[in-house]
Amino acid sequence: MSPSPEIMFKGCFFIENKQLFDASFVMPAGQWTCLLGPSGVGKSTILRLLLGLKTGGHFKGEISTSDGQSIAGQISYMAQSDLLLPWLSVVENLMVGASLRGDTHDEERAMMLLDRVGLSDHGHKKPAALSGGMRQRAALARTLMEDRPIVLLDEPFSALDAGTRADMQELSAELLTGKTVLLVTHDPAEASRVADQILVMNKTGMVVWPAPELPAIRAVDAPETLLCQSKLLAHLRALAA
Amino acid sequence: MRKLDLLFAILLMLCIWQALVLITGAPHFILPSPWRVAKSAYFNRVLIGENALVTITEILLGLLLGTLFGVATALQLTLSKTAERLMLPILVFTQAVPVFALAPLLTLWFGYGMGSKVVMAVLIIYFPVTSAFHDGLTRIDRGYLDLAKTMGGRQLQILRHIRIPAALPALGSGLKLAAVYAPIGAVIGEWVGASKGLGYLMLLANGRVKTDLMFACLITLACLTVILHSLVGMLAKRLSNYAEGVER
Repeated sequence: MSPSPEIMFKGCFFIENKQLFDASFVMPAGQWTCLLGPSGVGKSTILRLLLGLKTGGHFKGEISTSDGQSIAGQISYMAQSDLLLPWLSVVENLMVGASLRGDTHDEERAMMLLDRVGLSDHGHKKPAALSGGMRQRAALARTLMEDRPIVLLDEPFSALDAGTRADMQELSAELLTGKTVLLVTHDPAEASRVADQILVMNKTGMVVWPAPELPAIRAVDAPETLLCQSKLLAHLRALAA
Repeated sequence: MRKLDLLFAILLMLCIWQALVLITGAPHFILPSPWRVAKSAYFNRVLIGENALVTITEILLGLLLGTLFGVATALQLTLSKTAERLMLPILVFTQAVPVFALAPLLTLWFGYGMGSKVVMAVLIIYFPVTSAFHDGLTRIDRGYLDLAKTMGGRQLQILRHIRIPAALPALGSGLKLAAVYAPIGAVIGEWVGASKGLGYLMLLANGRVKTDLMFACLITLACLTVILHSLVGMLAKRLSNYAEGVER
Protein backbone atom coordinates (compact mmCIF):
# COMPACT_ATOMS: atom_id res chain seq x y z
CA MET A 1 0.00 0.00 0.00
CA SER A 2 1.30 3.47 -0.87
CA PRO A 3 1.60 6.09 1.93
CA SER A 4 -1.70 7.80 2.67
CA PRO A 5 -1.94 11.18 0.95
CA GLU A 6 -3.48 14.43 2.11
CA ILE A 7 -6.69 15.34 0.28
CA MET A 8 -7.66 18.87 -0.72
CA PHE A 9 -11.31 19.61 -1.53
CA LYS A 10 -12.45 22.98 -2.82
CA GLY A 11 -15.53 23.79 -4.81
CA CYS A 12 -19.25 24.49 -5.11
CA PHE A 13 -22.04 22.06 -5.77
CA PHE A 14 -25.17 22.98 -7.71
CA ILE A 15 -28.50 21.27 -8.17
CA GLU A 16 -30.43 22.78 -11.11
CA ASN A 17 -28.30 25.95 -10.91
CA LYS A 18 -29.06 26.39 -7.22
CA GLN A 19 -25.97 26.22 -5.03
CA LEU A 20 -26.18 23.52 -2.35
CA PHE A 21 -22.82 24.26 -0.75
CA ASP A 22 -19.49 26.00 -1.16
CA ALA A 23 -16.88 24.00 0.75
CA SER A 24 -13.14 24.00 1.18
CA PHE A 25 -11.23 21.66 3.45
CA VAL A 26 -8.12 19.54 3.81
CA MET A 27 -8.06 15.96 5.06
CA PRO A 28 -4.63 15.54 6.71
CA ALA A 29 -2.60 12.53 5.61
CA GLY A 30 -2.96 9.44 7.78
CA GLN A 31 -5.54 11.06 10.07
CA TRP A 32 -9.25 10.77 10.82
CA THR A 33 -11.46 13.65 9.71
CA CYS A 34 -15.05 13.62 10.96
CA LEU A 35 -17.70 15.48 9.00
CA LEU A 36 -20.87 16.51 10.85
CA GLY A 37 -23.81 18.77 10.10
CA PRO A 38 -27.59 18.89 9.79
CA SER A 39 -29.31 16.59 7.31
CA GLY A 40 -29.46 17.90 3.76
CA VAL A 41 -26.42 20.21 3.86
CA GLY A 42 -24.47 17.95 1.49
CA LYS A 43 -22.28 15.67 3.63
CA SER A 44 -23.13 12.57 1.65
CA THR A 45 -22.70 14.52 -1.58
CA ILE A 46 -19.12 15.38 -0.59
CA LEU A 47 -18.52 11.73 0.10
CA ARG A 48 -19.97 10.71 -3.28
CA LEU A 49 -17.86 13.37 -5.03
CA LEU A 50 -14.73 11.98 -3.39
CA LEU A 51 -15.77 8.47 -4.42
CA GLY A 52 -16.39 9.58 -8.00
CA LEU A 53 -20.04 8.47 -7.89
CA LYS A 54 -23.09 10.09 -9.51
CA THR A 55 -24.61 12.89 -7.46
CA GLY A 56 -27.57 14.28 -9.35
CA GLY A 57 -25.99 17.74 -9.51
CA HIS A 58 -23.02 19.63 -10.85
CA PHE A 59 -19.70 20.13 -9.04
CA LYS A 60 -17.50 23.07 -9.92
CA GLY A 61 -14.15 22.83 -8.20
CA GLU A 62 -11.20 20.57 -7.58
CA ILE A 63 -10.39 17.49 -5.55
CA SER A 64 -6.66 16.77 -5.37
CA THR A 65 -4.17 14.72 -3.40
CA SER A 66 -0.75 15.59 -2.00
CA ASP A 67 0.90 12.81 -4.03
CA GLY A 68 -0.51 14.25 -7.24
CA GLN A 69 -2.18 10.97 -8.16
CA SER A 70 -5.83 10.57 -9.05
CA ILE A 71 -8.01 9.88 -6.06
CA ALA A 72 -9.82 7.13 -7.99
CA GLY A 73 -8.32 3.76 -7.25
CA GLN A 74 -6.91 4.95 -3.90
CA ILE A 75 -10.21 4.88 -2.02
CA SER A 76 -12.16 2.21 -0.24
CA TYR A 77 -15.63 2.77 1.11
CA MET A 78 -17.79 1.54 3.95
CA ALA A 79 -21.47 2.50 4.13
CA GLN A 80 -24.16 2.57 6.81
CA SER A 81 -25.53 -0.64 5.35
CA ASP A 82 -22.88 -3.37 5.41
CA LEU A 83 -23.49 -4.15 1.70
CA LEU A 84 -22.43 -7.75 2.17
CA LEU A 85 -23.69 -9.85 -0.74
CA PRO A 86 -26.17 -12.30 0.85
CA TRP A 87 -25.41 -15.19 -1.53
CA LEU A 88 -21.67 -15.20 -0.77
CA SER A 89 -19.99 -16.49 2.37
CA VAL A 90 -18.25 -13.97 4.60
CA VAL A 91 -14.81 -14.85 3.27
CA GLU A 92 -16.07 -14.64 -0.33
CA ASN A 93 -17.49 -11.21 0.50
CA LEU A 94 -14.03 -10.11 1.58
CA MET A 95 -12.65 -11.18 -1.79
CA VAL A 96 -15.46 -9.66 -3.84
CA GLY A 97 -13.31 -6.72 -4.95
CA ALA A 98 -10.86 -9.14 -6.61
CA SER A 99 -13.78 -10.99 -8.22
CA LEU A 100 -15.21 -7.74 -9.61
CA ARG A 101 -11.85 -6.69 -11.04
CA GLY A 102 -11.13 -10.17 -12.41
CA ASP A 103 -8.07 -10.52 -10.12
CA THR A 104 -6.93 -13.67 -8.35
CA HIS A 105 -8.24 -14.30 -4.84
CA ASP A 106 -6.03 -14.11 -1.78
CA GLU A 107 -7.95 -16.33 0.62
CA GLU A 108 -5.08 -16.52 3.09
CA ARG A 109 -5.11 -12.74 3.54
CA ALA A 110 -8.92 -12.72 3.80
CA MET A 111 -8.78 -15.29 6.60
CA MET A 112 -6.05 -13.29 8.34
CA LEU A 113 -8.20 -10.14 8.22
CA LEU A 114 -11.24 -12.05 9.47
CA ASP A 115 -9.10 -13.16 12.36
CA ARG A 116 -8.16 -9.53 13.07
CA VAL A 117 -11.83 -8.52 13.29
CA GLY A 118 -12.62 -11.58 15.42
CA LEU A 119 -14.60 -13.49 12.80
CA SER A 120 -12.22 -16.33 12.00
CA ASP A 121 -14.83 -18.92 13.01
CA HIS A 122 -17.49 -17.38 10.78
CA GLY A 123 -15.71 -17.15 7.42
CA HIS A 124 -17.81 -19.79 5.70
CA LYS A 125 -21.16 -18.58 7.04
CA LYS A 126 -23.56 -16.50 4.98
CA PRO A 127 -24.09 -12.87 6.17
CA ALA A 128 -27.69 -13.73 7.14
CA ALA A 129 -26.28 -15.92 9.91
CA LEU A 130 -24.38 -13.00 11.53
CA SER A 131 -25.51 -10.31 13.96
CA GLY A 132 -25.51 -6.62 12.97
CA GLY A 133 -22.22 -5.98 14.75
CA MET A 134 -20.56 -9.02 13.19
CA ARG A 135 -21.74 -7.95 9.74
CA GLN A 136 -20.20 -4.49 10.21
CA ARG A 137 -16.95 -6.12 11.34
CA ALA A 138 -17.02 -8.21 8.17
CA ALA A 139 -17.63 -5.02 6.14
CA LEU A 140 -14.65 -3.41 7.90
CA ALA A 141 -12.51 -6.43 7.01
CA ARG A 142 -13.66 -6.13 3.39
CA THR A 143 -12.61 -2.44 3.45
CA LEU A 144 -9.19 -3.46 4.80
CA MET A 145 -8.93 -6.22 2.19
CA GLU A 146 -8.96 -3.54 -0.51
CA ASP A 147 -5.81 -2.11 1.11
CA ARG A 148 -6.34 1.46 -0.11
CA PRO A 149 -4.64 4.46 1.52
CA ILE A 150 -7.87 6.51 1.73
CA VAL A 151 -10.98 5.23 3.50
CA LEU A 152 -14.40 6.89 3.41
CA LEU A 153 -16.91 5.88 6.05
CA ASP A 154 -20.57 6.88 5.68
CA GLU A 155 -22.18 6.51 9.12
CA PRO A 156 -21.01 2.91 9.29
CA PHE A 157 -21.86 2.38 12.96
CA SER A 158 -25.12 4.34 13.24
CA ALA A 159 -27.37 1.27 13.13
CA LEU A 160 -25.50 -0.54 15.90
CA ASP A 161 -26.33 -0.62 19.60
CA ALA A 162 -24.26 1.66 21.83
CA GLY A 163 -21.90 -1.01 23.14
CA THR A 164 -21.20 -2.56 19.74
CA ARG A 165 -20.74 0.91 18.27
CA ALA A 166 -18.07 1.79 20.84
CA ASP A 167 -16.32 -1.54 20.13
CA MET A 168 -16.44 -0.91 16.39
CA GLN A 169 -15.01 2.61 16.81
CA GLU A 170 -12.06 1.19 18.70
CA LEU A 171 -11.51 -1.64 16.24
CA SER A 172 -11.72 0.70 13.24
CA ALA A 173 -9.34 3.23 14.83
CA GLU A 174 -6.83 0.43 15.44
CA LEU A 175 -7.12 -1.21 12.02
CA LEU A 176 -7.26 1.98 9.97
CA THR A 177 -4.21 3.52 11.63
CA GLY A 178 -2.08 5.39 9.11
CA LYS A 179 -4.84 5.76 6.52
CA THR A 180 -6.48 9.04 5.54
CA VAL A 181 -10.03 8.58 6.80
CA LEU A 182 -13.19 10.63 6.32
CA LEU A 183 -16.03 9.64 8.64
CA VAL A 184 -19.45 11.16 7.93
CA THR A 185 -21.46 10.94 11.13
CA HIS A 186 -24.41 12.47 12.97
CA ASP A 187 -23.03 11.48 16.35
CA PRO A 188 -21.00 14.14 18.27
CA ALA A 189 -19.87 11.45 20.74
CA GLU A 190 -18.39 9.40 17.91
CA ALA A 191 -16.60 12.40 16.41
CA SER A 192 -15.24 13.40 19.83
CA ARG A 193 -13.76 9.93 20.31
CA VAL A 194 -12.19 9.15 16.96
CA ALA A 195 -11.48 12.44 15.14
CA ASP A 196 -8.11 14.07 14.64
CA GLN A 197 -10.00 16.82 12.87
CA ILE A 198 -13.69 17.74 13.14
CA LEU A 199 -15.48 19.58 10.35
CA VAL A 200 -18.97 20.99 10.86
CA MET A 201 -20.91 21.73 7.71
CA ASN A 202 -23.86 24.10 7.50
CA LYS A 203 -25.75 25.98 4.83
CA THR A 204 -23.22 28.81 4.67
CA GLY A 205 -20.04 26.75 4.61
CA MET A 206 -17.76 24.61 6.68
CA VAL A 207 -15.93 25.29 9.95
CA VAL A 208 -13.13 23.39 11.64
CA TRP A 209 -14.27 22.46 15.13
CA PRO A 210 -11.53 22.04 17.76
CA ALA A 211 -10.98 18.34 18.46
CA PRO A 212 -9.92 17.27 21.96
CA GLU A 213 -6.19 17.55 22.53
CA LEU A 214 -5.91 13.91 23.68
CA PRO A 215 -4.76 11.63 20.88
CA ALA A 216 -7.50 9.50 19.26
CA ILE A 217 -9.02 7.13 20.06
CA ARG A 218 -10.18 8.65 23.32
CA ALA A 219 -11.93 7.03 26.25
CA VAL A 220 -15.70 7.45 26.21
CA ASP A 221 -15.63 9.00 29.70
CA ALA A 222 -12.51 11.18 29.32
CA PRO A 223 -13.38 14.75 30.41
CA GLU A 224 -11.97 16.16 27.13
CA THR A 225 -14.16 13.78 25.10
CA LEU A 226 -17.27 14.64 27.10
CA LEU A 227 -16.62 18.38 26.93
CA CYS A 228 -16.07 18.30 23.15
CA GLN A 229 -19.17 16.14 22.74
CA SER A 230 -21.43 18.47 24.74
CA LYS A 231 -20.18 21.63 23.00
CA LEU A 232 -20.47 20.00 19.60
CA LEU A 233 -23.99 18.82 20.37
CA ALA A 234 -25.02 22.32 21.47
CA HIS A 235 -23.56 23.76 18.26
CA LEU A 236 -25.37 21.20 16.06
CA ARG A 237 -28.65 21.89 17.88
CA ALA A 238 -28.19 25.61 17.34
CA LEU A 239 -27.57 24.97 13.63
CA ALA A 240 -30.70 22.86 13.34
CA ALA A 241 -32.87 25.40 15.17
CA MET B 1 -52.24 -30.63 6.74
CA ARG B 2 -51.84 -29.09 3.27
CA LYS B 3 -52.17 -32.52 1.65
CA LEU B 4 -55.39 -33.09 3.58
CA ASP B 5 -56.66 -29.67 2.47
CA LEU B 6 -55.91 -30.57 -1.15
CA LEU B 7 -57.68 -33.91 -0.83
CA PHE B 8 -60.67 -32.21 0.74
CA ALA B 9 -60.78 -29.57 -2.05
CA ILE B 10 -60.71 -32.30 -4.74
CA LEU B 11 -63.46 -34.24 -3.01
CA LEU B 12 -65.56 -31.10 -2.67
CA MET B 13 -65.12 -30.32 -6.37
CA LEU B 14 -66.14 -33.85 -7.34
CA CYS B 15 -69.22 -33.60 -5.10
CA ILE B 16 -70.26 -30.29 -6.68
CA TRP B 17 -69.68 -31.72 -10.14
CA GLN B 18 -71.75 -34.85 -9.37
CA ALA B 19 -74.48 -32.70 -7.81
CA LEU B 20 -74.64 -30.56 -10.95
CA VAL B 21 -75.02 -33.68 -13.09
CA LEU B 22 -77.88 -34.92 -10.89
CA ILE B 23 -79.65 -31.56 -10.50
CA THR B 24 -79.50 -30.49 -14.14
CA GLY B 25 -80.14 -33.98 -15.51
CA ALA B 26 -77.87 -33.07 -18.43
CA PRO B 27 -77.15 -35.92 -20.87
CA HIS B 28 -73.66 -37.47 -20.60
CA PHE B 29 -72.54 -36.00 -23.96
CA ILE B 30 -73.17 -32.50 -22.50
CA LEU B 31 -71.95 -33.00 -18.93
CA PRO B 32 -70.53 -36.42 -18.09
CA SER B 33 -70.39 -37.55 -14.48
CA PRO B 34 -67.02 -37.80 -12.67
CA TRP B 35 -67.35 -41.57 -12.66
CA ARG B 36 -67.92 -41.67 -16.42
CA VAL B 37 -64.87 -39.43 -16.97
CA ALA B 38 -62.78 -41.65 -14.70
CA LYS B 39 -63.84 -44.74 -16.68
CA SER B 40 -63.03 -43.00 -19.96
CA ALA B 41 -59.63 -41.93 -18.61
CA TYR B 42 -58.88 -45.52 -17.58
CA PHE B 43 -59.95 -47.15 -20.86
CA ASN B 44 -58.13 -44.50 -22.92
CA ARG B 45 -55.08 -44.29 -20.69
CA VAL B 46 -52.65 -45.34 -23.43
CA LEU B 47 -54.13 -42.89 -25.93
CA ILE B 48 -54.12 -40.05 -23.39
CA GLY B 49 -50.60 -40.98 -22.24
CA GLU B 50 -49.18 -40.94 -25.77
CA ASN B 51 -50.73 -37.59 -26.56
CA ALA B 52 -49.84 -36.14 -23.16
CA LEU B 53 -46.21 -37.08 -23.81
CA VAL B 54 -46.24 -35.03 -27.02
CA THR B 55 -47.77 -32.03 -25.23
CA ILE B 56 -45.31 -32.32 -22.32
CA THR B 57 -42.40 -32.38 -24.77
CA GLU B 58 -43.74 -29.28 -26.51
CA ILE B 59 -44.24 -27.49 -23.19
CA LEU B 60 -40.78 -28.38 -21.84
CA LEU B 61 -39.00 -27.46 -25.06
CA GLY B 62 -40.96 -24.20 -25.22
CA LEU B 63 -40.16 -23.46 -21.59
CA LEU B 64 -36.47 -24.19 -22.06
CA LEU B 65 -36.05 -22.20 -25.28
CA GLY B 66 -38.30 -19.35 -24.12
CA THR B 67 -36.31 -19.07 -20.89
CA LEU B 68 -32.99 -19.13 -22.76
CA PHE B 69 -34.11 -16.43 -25.20
CA GLY B 70 -35.70 -14.37 -22.40
CA VAL B 71 -32.59 -14.55 -20.20
CA ALA B 72 -30.28 -13.71 -23.12
CA THR B 73 -32.44 -10.72 -24.09
CA ALA B 74 -32.61 -9.41 -20.51
CA LEU B 75 -28.82 -9.66 -20.19
CA GLN B 76 -28.34 -7.85 -23.50
CA LEU B 77 -30.77 -5.10 -22.45
CA THR B 78 -28.89 -4.65 -19.18
CA LEU B 79 -25.44 -4.55 -20.77
CA SER B 80 -26.26 -2.14 -23.57
CA LYS B 81 -28.16 1.10 -23.09
CA THR B 82 -28.57 1.32 -26.87
CA ALA B 83 -30.14 -2.13 -26.99
CA GLU B 84 -32.43 -1.17 -24.12
CA ARG B 85 -33.49 2.04 -25.87
CA LEU B 86 -34.13 0.30 -29.20
CA MET B 87 -35.51 -3.05 -28.09
CA LEU B 88 -37.77 -2.23 -25.14
CA PRO B 89 -40.38 -0.37 -27.24
CA ILE B 90 -40.32 -3.23 -29.78
CA LEU B 91 -40.81 -5.77 -27.01
CA VAL B 92 -43.75 -3.83 -25.61
CA PHE B 93 -45.22 -3.47 -29.11
CA THR B 94 -45.03 -7.23 -29.71
CA GLN B 95 -47.17 -7.69 -26.62
CA ALA B 96 -49.92 -5.65 -28.29
CA VAL B 97 -50.22 -8.45 -30.91
CA PRO B 98 -52.31 -11.30 -29.45
CA VAL B 99 -50.05 -14.34 -29.67
CA PHE B 100 -53.07 -16.63 -30.18
CA ALA B 101 -53.84 -14.81 -33.42
CA LEU B 102 -50.42 -15.86 -34.68
CA ALA B 103 -51.14 -19.57 -34.23
CA PRO B 104 -52.47 -20.17 -37.79
CA LEU B 105 -49.49 -18.32 -39.21
CA LEU B 106 -47.05 -20.37 -37.12
CA THR B 107 -48.70 -23.58 -38.33
CA LEU B 108 -48.29 -22.34 -41.89
CA TRP B 109 -44.63 -21.54 -41.33
CA PHE B 110 -43.54 -24.41 -39.10
CA GLY B 111 -45.97 -27.13 -40.16
CA TYR B 112 -48.34 -29.44 -38.28
CA GLY B 113 -45.56 -31.04 -36.25
CA MET B 114 -44.12 -30.12 -32.89
CA GLY B 115 -42.20 -27.07 -34.18
CA SER B 116 -45.16 -24.69 -34.44
CA LYS B 117 -46.37 -25.59 -30.91
CA VAL B 118 -42.91 -25.10 -29.42
CA VAL B 119 -42.62 -21.71 -31.13
CA MET B 120 -46.07 -20.78 -29.83
CA ALA B 121 -45.02 -21.68 -26.26
CA VAL B 122 -41.74 -19.79 -26.71
CA LEU B 123 -43.55 -16.67 -27.92
CA ILE B 124 -46.04 -16.73 -25.07
CA ILE B 125 -43.43 -17.01 -22.31
CA TYR B 126 -40.65 -14.93 -23.86
CA PHE B 127 -41.95 -11.56 -22.67
CA PRO B 128 -42.78 -12.50 -19.04
CA VAL B 129 -39.34 -14.08 -18.59
CA THR B 130 -37.50 -11.20 -20.28
CA SER B 131 -39.45 -8.56 -18.40
CA ALA B 132 -39.14 -10.18 -14.96
CA PHE B 133 -35.41 -10.91 -15.29
CA HIS B 134 -34.63 -7.48 -16.74
CA ASP B 135 -36.48 -5.85 -13.83
CA GLY B 136 -34.42 -7.91 -11.40
CA LEU B 137 -31.16 -7.04 -13.14
CA THR B 138 -31.85 -3.30 -13.13
CA ARG B 139 -33.78 -2.75 -9.89
CA ILE B 140 -30.84 -3.50 -7.67
CA ASP B 141 -29.73 -1.79 -4.46
CA ARG B 142 -27.64 1.19 -5.66
CA GLY B 143 -25.31 0.65 -2.71
CA TYR B 144 -23.99 -2.59 -4.23
CA LEU B 145 -23.29 -0.87 -7.54
CA ASP B 146 -21.62 2.10 -5.81
CA LEU B 147 -19.43 -0.30 -3.83
CA ALA B 148 -18.56 -2.22 -6.99
CA LYS B 149 -17.60 1.01 -8.74
CA THR B 150 -15.33 2.14 -5.89
CA MET B 151 -13.68 -1.29 -6.05
CA GLY B 152 -12.92 -0.79 -9.74
CA GLY B 153 -15.36 -3.51 -10.84
CA ARG B 154 -15.77 -4.30 -14.53
CA GLN B 155 -19.22 -4.27 -16.09
CA LEU B 156 -19.24 -7.96 -17.04
CA GLN B 157 -17.94 -9.02 -13.63
CA ILE B 158 -20.52 -6.83 -11.88
CA LEU B 159 -23.19 -8.52 -14.00
CA ARG B 160 -21.85 -11.96 -13.09
CA HIS B 161 -21.15 -11.46 -9.40
CA ILE B 162 -23.83 -8.95 -8.37
CA ARG B 163 -26.62 -8.31 -10.85
CA ILE B 164 -27.39 -11.89 -11.89
CA PRO B 165 -27.44 -13.42 -8.37
CA ALA B 166 -29.53 -10.49 -7.12
CA ALA B 167 -32.00 -10.95 -10.00
CA LEU B 168 -32.57 -14.69 -9.46
CA PRO B 169 -35.76 -14.23 -7.36
CA ALA B 170 -37.23 -12.06 -10.13
CA LEU B 171 -36.27 -14.71 -12.70
CA GLY B 172 -38.02 -17.28 -10.49
CA SER B 173 -41.22 -15.19 -10.59
CA GLY B 174 -40.98 -14.98 -14.38
CA LEU B 175 -40.49 -18.75 -14.64
CA LYS B 176 -43.54 -19.40 -12.46
CA LEU B 177 -45.65 -17.32 -14.85
CA ALA B 178 -44.04 -19.11 -17.79
CA ALA B 179 -44.94 -22.51 -16.32
CA VAL B 180 -48.61 -21.51 -16.44
CA TYR B 181 -48.49 -19.88 -19.88
CA ALA B 182 -46.45 -22.51 -21.73
CA PRO B 183 -49.16 -25.24 -21.64
CA ILE B 184 -51.72 -22.70 -22.92
CA GLY B 185 -49.43 -21.87 -25.85
CA ALA B 186 -48.80 -25.51 -26.72
CA VAL B 187 -52.48 -26.53 -26.56
CA ILE B 188 -53.67 -23.55 -28.61
CA GLY B 189 -51.05 -24.47 -31.20
CA GLU B 190 -52.48 -28.01 -31.24
CA TRP B 191 -56.01 -26.70 -31.65
CA VAL B 192 -55.08 -24.78 -34.76
CA GLY B 193 -53.42 -27.70 -36.50
CA ALA B 194 -51.86 -30.89 -35.19
CA SER B 195 -51.95 -34.64 -35.50
CA LYS B 196 -50.86 -35.38 -31.94
CA GLY B 197 -51.10 -33.89 -28.46
CA LEU B 198 -53.76 -33.33 -25.79
CA GLY B 199 -55.19 -30.30 -27.62
CA TYR B 200 -55.57 -32.41 -30.79
CA LEU B 201 -57.20 -35.25 -28.81
CA MET B 202 -59.61 -32.79 -27.18
CA LEU B 203 -60.74 -31.52 -30.59
CA LEU B 204 -61.06 -35.08 -31.87
CA ALA B 205 -63.13 -36.14 -28.85
CA ASN B 206 -65.28 -33.06 -29.17
CA GLY B 207 -65.99 -33.77 -32.83
CA ARG B 208 -67.07 -37.34 -31.97
CA VAL B 209 -69.17 -36.18 -29.00
CA LYS B 210 -66.92 -38.11 -26.63
CA THR B 211 -67.26 -35.45 -23.96
CA ASP B 212 -66.04 -37.80 -21.25
CA LEU B 213 -62.72 -38.26 -23.11
CA MET B 214 -62.52 -34.50 -23.59
CA PHE B 215 -62.94 -34.00 -19.85
CA ALA B 216 -60.30 -36.66 -19.18
CA CYS B 217 -57.87 -34.78 -21.46
CA LEU B 218 -58.69 -31.48 -19.76
CA ILE B 219 -58.08 -32.91 -16.31
CA THR B 220 -54.81 -34.49 -17.49
CA LEU B 221 -53.69 -31.13 -18.87
CA ALA B 222 -54.66 -29.34 -15.64
CA CYS B 223 -52.74 -31.93 -13.58
CA LEU B 224 -49.68 -31.52 -15.82
CA THR B 225 -49.82 -27.74 -15.44
CA VAL B 226 -50.16 -27.98 -11.65
CA ILE B 227 -47.21 -30.41 -11.44
CA LEU B 228 -45.09 -28.19 -13.71
CA HIS B 229 -46.02 -25.09 -11.71
CA SER B 230 -45.12 -26.84 -8.45
CA LEU B 231 -41.75 -28.00 -9.80
CA VAL B 232 -40.93 -24.55 -11.17
CA GLY B 233 -42.17 -23.07 -7.87
CA MET B 234 -39.65 -25.25 -6.02
CA LEU B 235 -36.90 -24.08 -8.37
CA ALA B 236 -37.98 -20.44 -7.85
CA LYS B 237 -37.85 -20.97 -4.08
CA ARG B 238 -34.31 -22.35 -4.37
CA LEU B 239 -33.25 -19.38 -6.48
CA SER B 240 -34.78 -17.02 -3.95
CA ASN B 241 -33.13 -18.79 -1.01
CA TYR B 242 -29.77 -18.65 -2.78
CA ALA B 243 -30.08 -14.91 -3.43
CA GLU B 244 -31.08 -14.24 0.19
CA GLY B 245 -28.30 -16.44 1.54
CA VAL B 246 -30.78 -18.70 3.32
CA GLU B 247 -29.16 -22.07 3.89
CA ARG B 248 -31.44 -25.11 3.85
